[in-house]
Amino acid sequence: MANRNNAGIGRLIYDQKFRSIFFQVLVAVALIAFVAWIADNTLSNIDAQEKKKGFGFLEDTAGFQILNTLGTAITDYTPGVSTYWDVFVTGVANTLVVAFLGVIAATAIGFVMGIFRLSNNAILKGFSTVYVEVLRNVPLLLQLFFWYFFVLRAMPDARSRIQLWGEEVGINITGLYAPAPQPQEGFGWVWLALAVAVVGGILFSNYAKKLQAETGKQLPVLWTQVGLIIGLPLITYWVMGSPLEWEYPTFNETGPIFKRGFGDTGLVLIPEMIAVWLALSLYTASFIAEIVRAGIMAVPKGQSEASSALGLKPNVALRMVIIPQAMRVIVPPLTSQYLNLTKNSSLSVAIAYPDVVSVFAGTALNQVGQEIEMVFMMMMVYLTVSLSTSIFMNWFNGRIKLVER
Amino acid sequence: MKTNYQYLRTEEAPILPPPATQSGIMGWLWQNMFSSMVQFHNVGAAIRSLLMIALTVVLAYAGFNTIVSLVQFAFIDAVWSDPDGLKRGVCTTVDQGGIATSQVGACWPYVGAKFKTIVYGAYPTEELWRVDIVFALLAVGIVWLVLENTPGRKLVGISMLTVFPVIALILLTGGHFEIEAQTFVIMAIVGLGGVALWVLGRNGGLGAFIEAFSAMFLLAGVTSLALLVAAFATSIDFGLVEVETSLWGGLLVTLVVALTGIAASLPLGVLFALGRRSEMPLIRYLSVGFIEFWRGVPLITVLFMSSVMLPMFLPGTEYQVDELGQTVLDAEGKPVILSEGWDFDKLLRALIGVALFSAAYMAEVIRGGLQAIPKGQYEGAMALGLSYGQMTQLIVLPQALKIVIPGIVNTFIGLFKDTTLVLIIGIFDLLGAIQSSFTDSSWATPTTNATGYLVCALIFFVFCFGMSRYSVYLEHKLDTGHKS
Repeated sequence: MANRNNAGIGRLIYDQKFRSIFFQVLVAVALIAFVAWIADNTLSNIDAQEKKKGFGFLEDTAGFQILNTLGTAITDYTPGVSTYWDVFVTGVANTLVVAFLGVIAATAIGFVMGIFRLSNNAILKGFSTVYVEVLRNVPLLLQLFFWYFFVLRAMPDARSRIQLWGEEVGINITGLYAPAPQPQEGFGWVWLALAVAVVGGILFSNYAKKLQAETGKQLPVLWTQVGLIIGLPLITYWVMGSPLEWEYPTFNETGPIFKRGFGDTGLVLIPEMIAVWLALSLYTASFIAEIVRAGIMAVPKGQSEASSALGLKPNVALRMVIIPQAMRVIVPPLTSQYLNLTKNSSLSVAIAYPDVVSVFAGTALNQVGQEIEMVFMMMMVYLTVSLSTSIFMNWFNGRIKLVER
Repeated sequence: MKTNYQYLRTEEAPILPPPATQSGIMGWLWQNMFSSMVQFHNVGAAIRSLLMIALTVVLAYAGFNTIVSLVQFAFIDAVWSDPDGLKRGVCTTVDQGGIATSQVGACWPYVGAKFKTIVYGAYPTEELWRVDIVFALLAVGIVWLVLENTPGRKLVGISMLTVFPVIALILLTGGHFEIEAQTFVIMAIVGLGGVALWVLGRNGGLGAFIEAFSAMFLLAGVTSLALLVAAFATSIDFGLVEVETSLWGGLLVTLVVALTGIAASLPLGVLFALGRRSEMPLIRYLSVGFIEFWRGVPLITVLFMSSVMLPMFLPGTEYQVDELGQTVLDAEGKPVILSEGWDFDKLLRALIGVALFSAAYMAEVIRGGLQAIPKGQYEGAMALGLSYGQMTQLIVLPQALKIVIPGIVNTFIGLFKDTTLVLIIGIFDLLGAIQSSFTDSSWATPTTNATGYLVCALIFFVFCFGMSRYSVYLEHKLDTGHKS
């Protein structure tokens, strides 16, 4: 015990600041040594296997075929002409498309199921309970296999089809065919009208808020906004002479056997994409349903009682009192579900939907063989999406969170 | 004063039965079904009621249909046995080359035939008893821990985390690892040295510096000695046949990956959670970086990374090279090896990826628990003069871990489902085993796929649903009602 009063190092090690610096230096040295060791190993391994280094391969041309999707349409992908960078962009575009569609569908289904679970109708409640419990306790990959191998592979062969909606919408093993919108000259004005309507709607709601604050008068904000956003583009569309045509899918039932089946026209959703979309949105919806249920239940009953005591109509109370408070609980976990969905879209490699993992870290990696660079690029895609979503959602959370005084 | 009022009732009013809308089956039906559908007092309510009726009818029909077709598939139309060993013939109709007279449902003989693959993969049949022992030990251990009031729960819990993995490793692989003598020597020196420094130095006998870090010496020493014992045990030749991990498969791999993931992620998760709340900026940023990195990327990319990038990160085999850069060959014409490369087994590489990945999620769960502990607990511990290690070990972690047990179980459920992804890097887990059994043409029938997926879904459902119920139960049990 006597040593404690010694000068020098004896006293220094009981100094918190010294200890903290000491530990950090220790960790920093260990970390640098570890990273250096890995870097050294990696470099010597690359040399030993006589591999190239760096991102030069991105300018080489890629020779393999990629399933036609939105991604290939964006990059105008042609085997033998397009580069590996195009492959990367195609993959990223496909990932983002399926994630975006998945988020929309999952949110819709999830909210409906969450509200069903709180319904006092036993059928609705039971249905959504079973839905939630079954889907979230079965692995996503199994669900993906189910939709792809069991449902979509069982569709009629390429020479026949199931008509879902007359001649216009049909499905077979090669995909789902629907009419494709073909904007003609002048359709840009409709987009412009939509933009004007959105801006106008926001300005109108600001004006209505101000008017209500000053005079107490209420304007029908919601209906005006709906009218503007639907009406203005419709009028423009009509004035411009309906500048939108539909390209219908064609189906040859007769003729030489190899020419039967769907033609090249119309909008095609490949089965891989439908399977990924269905699996992702149904699986994530089961989690969102639970989040929505918890969020609504988190609003104390007193809130709705107080609203009716104040004379608010039930739908106004729902819109102005219940939903804003529930959203505060719902939004943060909802964000992480959106992120999970985006990350889970990487499972599409299992059924060869051409997402970034499948085409870039799969096919392209096998041809180029530069693991470090390519896996790094793939990880950066997901990290960028994750971090930017987090940043956006933090901002959004900050906006809707309770203002405490 | 007593007066008789004509209008005053002298006997008690009879007790009326509750209204029909409140009691009995009809009452339940009314309250839970029809009350939302019969409001027509204004246009909005009428529309809502009509919508509700339509929805109820549609959902009831869909649900009923699903249940009926499932029962039809799994029981009524199912083929239960294959007495003549016809394989696919027993589950196909006459038109398809089989013996069934009508369209068949689930093909259960297929599951029976593939049972070994589904549970053990390609593990050698005569060695299956080793896997069975591991399964049995695991089951006993888990039941022991889940049931309350069993004696020695703490001891069982600790041995499940320390002794059981070693036994499982020896039984599953066969043990008898080649471990170099110098590894033992190093571990022994570090272990004994650490413990010796702790024994001699904890009371200041070796100077203040040693005293200040005596807890760390003890930790390093004990860990090293434990590793020594484990390494020694795995190097003993028990006379078991070696079974390579490439032969493992099915439920065995699913359980190995999931349990290793959870066991490795707990200590790592605690470390990173503490690191994220550390006051040392470097430690904090490193922990945040680690956690956010792994949480920001999908598990598949992690598995890709561990299967293709990890070998690049580790030392490769080095060959002796002469002045001209040519590899030197020995007398047999083989290149002279200077140092062996670190050649990791494929399953082990996946396990490393899974462990790091789940450690990041675990760290966030545990951080939630750390944050839930009132500041007064920290201040109280510090006021008592406890060191950081003592405070963490005695005050903070016991409370924090208790709070987050449901969260840990939920993480485990997620991990358990995610183990299926290892099939993408070519390891045959439960789903992989079932998926690969579809390629067996002797069992190729129209319903093989559906039967296989149904079995797989059922197994996962039973495990995951059971765990989620357990986590709900724990949540209720651990809820002390102090939450504000």
